[in-house]
Amino acid sequence: MAMTMHLDIVSAERSLFSGLAEMVVAPAALGEVGIYPQHTQMITTLKPGEVRIKKQGGEEESIYVSGGVLEVQPFVVTILSDTALRAQDLDEAAALQAKQAAEQALKDKTGDMEIAEAQAKFAQAVAQLQTIQRLRKKLK
Amino acid sequence: MAGSKEIRSKIKSVKNTQKITRAMEMVAASKMRKAQERMAATRPYSQKMRQVIHHLAFAHSEYKHPYLKHRETVKRVGYIIISSDRGLCGGLNNNEFKATLQHMKQWRDHAAEVEYCTIGRKALNFFKRLKGTIRAQTTQLGDAPSASAVIGPVKAMLDAYNNGEIDRLFMVFNEFVNTMTQSPRIDQLLPVVSIKEEDQLKHYWDYIYEPGAKEILDHLMMRYIESLVYQGLVENVACEMASRMVAMKSASDNAGELIGELQLSYNKARQAAITQEISEIVGGAAAI
Repeated sequence: MAMTMHLDIVSAERSLFSGLAEMVVAPAALGEVGIYPQHTQMITTLKPGEVRIKKQGGEEESIYVSGGVLEVQPFVVTILSDTALRAQDLDEAAALQAKQAAEQALKDKTGDMEIAEAQAKFAQAVAQLQTIQRLRKKLK
Repeated sequence: MAGSKEIRSKIKSVKNTQKITRAMEMVAASKMRKAQERMAATRPYSQKMRQVIHHLAFAHSEYKHPYLKHRETVKRVGYIIISSDRGLCGGLNNNEFKATLQHMKQWRDHAAEVEYCTIGRKALNFFKRLKGTIRAQTTQLGDAPSASAVIGPVKAMLDAYNNGEIDRLFMVFNEFVNTMTQSPRIDQLLPVVSIKEEDQLKHYWDYIYEPGAKEILDHLMMRYIESLVYQGLVENVACEMASRMVAMKSASDNAGELIGELQLSYNKARQAAITQEISEIVGGAAAI
């Protein structure tokens, strides 16, 4: 029987694969790499692409990763997968968006959000008043 | 019979409210279970990442990552505050904000300014009214937030840290102790304290790095902070659901009690009316 290693593919949200593999092919930043058991220790970043796994017994499976990091030890291989396509400018855009959202929220003090909240508070106050009135009636 | 009719309509309205609270309780219970599963699913990623960073950071003493360096003077402190979007979940958010304010006061006493990054609507509405700038915010993340949702806000805070605009970064969220208990928790994100030099192991081997150790460490550090914030976010969702479940359960119980009381007074009113009618008939018969 072929030698196997333990392979884990995890993303921040969940585990994508965990089990024994005979071989794994991953899209490393400097070119595709194929890892067999007893590979020397290595860490590399991954490009978005397909990770092909030859599972124990020869069955193949492929998983798409949108970048991440590959860590190799002789009998344990781990892929820390990103959950979304990441690039410097995409990240910048996301950061900018979050900042703008903050500015926007500070600007419209009387936005829809505030009105909805005020309405909810008003409804609460009315309900409380009703309860108090009812209690008073009871006490009389 | 006027009194009894009024009571009857009140019973009906309380029953309707009870139906709603009971439904919300059950929805929250099922969502809580899912959120708990998600919580467990996020752990392996950051655990593994911590191991790799630990190895990288201390196997290469010539490059010390800025996130691992301790800054002596603290002029500004950043907070990432994770809250829920919706209310009706007991004192969850308020307790969290109270704890945050206390923590902030300590820093303010040391003449440090405070900046926020809010995640969730409740935190935004609360911290908007306070002193200090909100650097970034995001809302409407839903019950199953995606990890990409935190990239923007986290990056905004990391940039501020890199530029020296803030010298410490904390994250505030609710910790899920169990279904009945959720407690606010404040973790220091930057400089990174969860990776300590003391407990490093002796390494007799090193990795091959592609492209270089520095690039990979930079890449991993950012992902690591993001994963911590994402974990906090998912845990906070679980807390929100648990807290809502408990709040709705007590609301349903209270409604049940109220219905019981109203039912009793309704029966009394009905009985009184019947007695009155009988005595009227008897009185009428006697008069003839």
